[in-house]
Amino acid sequence: MPEVTDTEQLRQLANGQAVALADVPYLPLPEFRAVIERRIEAGGQLSALFGVANEESEGLQLYVVVGDASTATLSVATTNVEENYPALTPDIPQAHWFERELAEQWGVVPEGHPWLKPIRFHPSYRAGKDAWGRAVGDTILPCVQPPGTDYFKVRGDEIHEVAVGPVHAGVIEPGHFRFQCHGEHVFTLEIELGYQHRGIERRLIGGPDQRTIHYMETLAGDTSIGHATAYCQAIEALAGVQPPLRAQALRGIALELERLANHTGDLGALAGDVGYLPTLSYCGRLRGDFLNTTAAICGSRFGRGLVRSACVKFDVDESRAKDMAGRVEPALRDVEGAANLLWNSSSVMARFEDTGRVSREWAHELGLVGPAARACGVEVDVRHDFPSGIYRFAQIPMSFVDSGDAFARAFVRWQEIQRSSQFVLEQLRSLPGGAIGTEVGPLQPNALAVSLIEGWRGEICHVAITDNEGKFAHYKVVDPSFHNWIGLAMSLRDQQISDFPLCNKSFNLSYCGHDL
Amino acid sequence: MFKAIKERLSQGYRTIDFPKSLPVLPDRFRGLPTIDSSKCPDGCKVCAEACPTDAITINGDLKLDLGRCLFCTDCQEACPEGAIAYSTEHRLAVSNRDDLVINGKSGLQLAAAIDEKSRRIFGRSLQLRQVSAGGCNACEADINVLATVVFDLGRFGIHIVASPRHADGLIVTGPVSQNMKLALEKTYAATPAPKFVIAVGACAISGGPFAGHDEQNNGCDSIVPVDMYIPGCPPHPLSILDGILRLLGRSEAK
Repeated sequence: MPEVTDTEQLRQLANGQAVALADVPYLPLPEFRAVIERRIEAGGQLSALFGVANEESEGLQLYVVVGDASTATLSVATTNVEENYPALTPDIPQAHWFERELAEQWGVVPEGHPWLKPIRFHPSYRAGKDAWGRAVGDTILPCVQPPGTDYFKVRGDEIHEVAVGPVHAGVIEPGHFRFQCHGEHVFTLEIELGYQHRGIERRLIGGPDQRTIHYMETLAGDTSIGHATAYCQAIEALAGVQPPLRAQALRGIALELERLANHTGDLGALAGDVGYLPTLSYCGRLRGDFLNTTAAICGSRFGRGLVRSACVKFDVDESRAKDMAGRVEPALRDVEGAANLLWNSSSVMARFEDTGRVSREWAHELGLVGPAARACGVEVDVRHDFPSGIYRFAQIPMSFVDSGDAFARAFVRWQEIQRSSQFVLEQLRSLPGGAIGTEVGPLQPNALAVSLIEGWRGEICHVAITDNEGKFAHYKVVDPSFHNWIGLAMSLRDQQISDFPLCNKSFNLSYCGHDL
Repeated sequence: MFKAIKERLSQGYRTIDFPKSLPVLPDRFRGLPTIDSSKCPDGCKVCAEACPTDAITINGDLKLDLGRCLFCTDCQEACPEGAIAYSTEHRLAVSNRDDLVINGKSGLQLAAAIDEKSRRIFGRSLQLRQVSAGGCNACEADINVLATVVFDLGRFGIHIVASPRHADGLIVTGPVSQNMKLALEKTYAATPAPKFVIAVGACAISGGPFAGHDEQNNGCDSIVPVDMYIPGCPPHPLSILDGILRLLGRSEAK
């Protein structure tokens, strides 16, 4: 086969850069898919694949964003599809969930998709076009399978099905889980979501307005800083401004505190799920200590109100920085003590090791991101691969383990806790001087901006497309959970059903971030 | 074993003394807003226009609906006269939806305790079931922390239980997405009477940032009867704990 270079076929961007829509290359569908396939085969990551209604031609315009870590560039391209088109998924498994989303939102049918079902259970965005032939006005109920589809079923005399949710036993979000079991043995798990769908993406069109930033902070409440930063970075790209360095450092501190709080909470919850209560108790308190450190900056434990376009709203003077460091240091010591209890307890390790294993190959093929991917030895981390903001100046070493089991997902978190707290302490010691904000002008019209942030669950991708007036014609949000739910499903294969809580917690994915 | 005991000693005693005393809240904490309409120039609407959730109405008199408020301070920032300011007051739970609309003239009418007969039944043992119905998981997170050693909900005889069949009431969060409506109705029906419903957070009270979307129901009180409203986005864990204790007539914080 002749060597084909596709760099000229794709428009390459840095993270947090905008490009005129006219400069986004249009490729006919066969070339579009061939280029994506080559990129993914070469180790690339599918960050976004989404549709925008094409007003001129009745068709659907597809946009793709593929990341290439080796060159720290994000490639974008567009194509047009009609009602049906040959699915990308058989050749590009990373596209599987994106194409289900396309089918549900726009009523197109990616033909040959191996498992074409809705992911959120809402009516099509284009009235009269439904991928499953449902009529306008048909009641759509969550997890009620549309015509021609069903749950994945294993048949046999002694096979039974276990259904869990949407209302679970704990204080957690709703979702529905179906296990195909033989006794305790799980053959498959299928996950059905959509209960948290509240229609955010559609309401972002026409923005930015007073509500936009608040949508960002509530896409996934435990990732308020991550999503707000991704959004602001997209706005800054479109407005052609950079926040002052001091603001970037404070955003970095807040993002790492968010990671610290959640990773610490997860270590505790993992301990709880194997019945090891000391670490559960300690980490429950320590998670709060990190949240309260964020509240010391801005008054909100979740960092609400801190990150805004081209600025942060709260400054940290020397005495406040000292107070914050004085919270992080002892918290880190106590997390270390709590975490080391886990690695030193054979009863804990016996449950963690070899439970819920996901191979490196699967993790890459399915496009897993964040700690879940790094626990399989896949080296992906936006802070490292596509650095933006303060991460261009202060690098955080990437943590990874390669065993792919619940232990790996716990241990990667512990490594990241150490790295993140060192980063926070260093930044607090040497905050850059200057202002914490600058003015934002109007947004570039007819442009597209891509913004990636490494949230605590992994890659957050926002893509903003503006219209003639610099308002959002489309705004795409890809939460890390969007990539990772399938990882949880795969981790349960050939496990015991009693391993589910442990596996689930080891991924700790967002329902609302997925459902939007 | 020795390591575990050593670590236990090192981690120390961490439960707060609430409600006997109040832990120090962050100086930038945003609690109950104070309003001074006398500072409002005639016809000025900048605060109402800045509000992302239409929580502010001005009809000769500035009124702020805490049930819609995200405590984001966009209004405070927009107001050149300083007519709105956020205090660090964390007590926010009320019994009636209308009590959440404040005008700064009278204080917030905090929730009343249940009657003496109910107190005898629930006062020292209250089992609650949480239903997450379409929010952002921040309210859920700050309800969850009540079970940690810091707040130790269990010392009040209050527990979050795994089934509505075991519950005396529900804590609802989220605007009630269309996809969760039926599940909430069924959960409520499965809870034995007499039962309470506590709506926690702007979403469960008014739809919060998602108010007006077709995909949700602007909060839970059109679907289940609500006995207590705890505003915030999300409310601080102390606001939630204060609310639950207040319901039981056990709030001692002054």
